Amino acid sequence: MRRNLLRLALLAAVMPLAAHAHDGHAPGGVTASQVWTRAVGATAPTAAGYMTLRNHGTVADRLVGAETPAARSVEIHEQRMDDGVMRMRPLPDGILIPPGETATLGPGGVHLMLVGPTRALARGERVPLTLRFERAGEVRVELTVEAAGARQPSHAGH
Amino acid sequence: MLRWIRGVAWGAIALLGFLTLAVSAGWLVTDGPLSERGVATEPASLPIGGPFSLTDHRGRAVTERDFAGRPAAVFFGFTHCPDVCPTTLGDMTALIEALGPEAERIHWLFVSVDWERDTPDALAGYLEAFDPRIVGLSGTEAQVAQAARSFRVYYRRVPTEGGGYTMDHSASVFLLDAAGRFAGTLDSKESREVALEKVRMLASR
Ligand SMILES: [Cu+2]
Repeated sequence: MRRNLLRLALLAAVMPLAAHAHDGHAPGGVTASQVWTRAVGATAPTAAGYMTLRNHGTVADRLVGAETPAARSVEIHEQRMDDGVMRMRPLPDGILIPPGETATLGPGGVHLMLVGPTRALARGERVPLTLRFERAGEVRVELTVEAAGARQPSHAGH
Repeated sequence: MLRWIRGVAWGAIALLGFLTLAVSAGWLVTDGPLSERGVATEPASLPIGGPFSLTDHRGRAVTERDFAGRPAAVFFGFTHCPDVCPTTLGDMTALIEALGPEAERIHWLFVSVDWERDTPDALAGYLEAFDPRIVGLSGTEAQVAQAARSFRVYYRRVPTEGGGYTMDHSASVFLLDAAGRFAGTLDSKESREVALEKVRMLASR
């Protein structure tokens, strides 16, 4: 019971933040930087989303979902290499970001999978993406489209 | 009794001598002075690469004979793969561009292990984002199994929630010389310079 109350209180505290979330920033919550994807053709069945998430809060948060008008749905996946074999699996619990820490989504590791892109994504373009966090709520960001098969965003040095 | 012990001892010495010789000969050929620098990362006699019969992304039926006479770089993957396959095909594209006209001397092949979804059309659309010299190959379940066997490639269909599936697959790029013999692999963790050196050596073989 007390736990539920606590949860409610937390939710109440987070709600206004979520409502004001913009430019990848929820005050005191989670920020996303280096948000990028790779160019794909119009018929590509999937695309990937990569970024760095930073938790500015004092409690752990979790990326639990995402949406973009550029794809039918978005899933959170992990990719692993076992003995030269590539295996990709969904992460049903999302991505945990401990307080004060960052989580990096990048090639060869954890990624967002954009399932069924609704159109071609061209290099240099920006694609809106809404991230959903357990506590920070919705955070709106933009994916910068890099070259097909790029290993990092072109402004990685910044 | 004594004779028996002596026999075992001589046997052991002979075996040890043979092993020492075998290991050092192996070293000479693979890492030592007799190795083929740059290209061969594993003994060239490995039975990787062999017969296959598939359909290319333009809908043409092909076999390994259509790619004979020129070296080849072969990668197995699938188009519903958002991460490692685009990374590898992106690396291939960068290598092809860096090689310039030399790249024409190599066959660049992407073989799909997803026999159900990767039709020639699906492959053609997927490959649009990469260098046009990369040829996509697909086939029936049996044809894909044969090609994978020829290259000692592991793959497995893994069901996902919601009725879909994903594919586990070996992620190496295999290099074959002009005679179709195994000539090493490209490793995703090595630098682009090393990979470029390997394919440059391959183009000259
Ligand atoms: Cu994925």
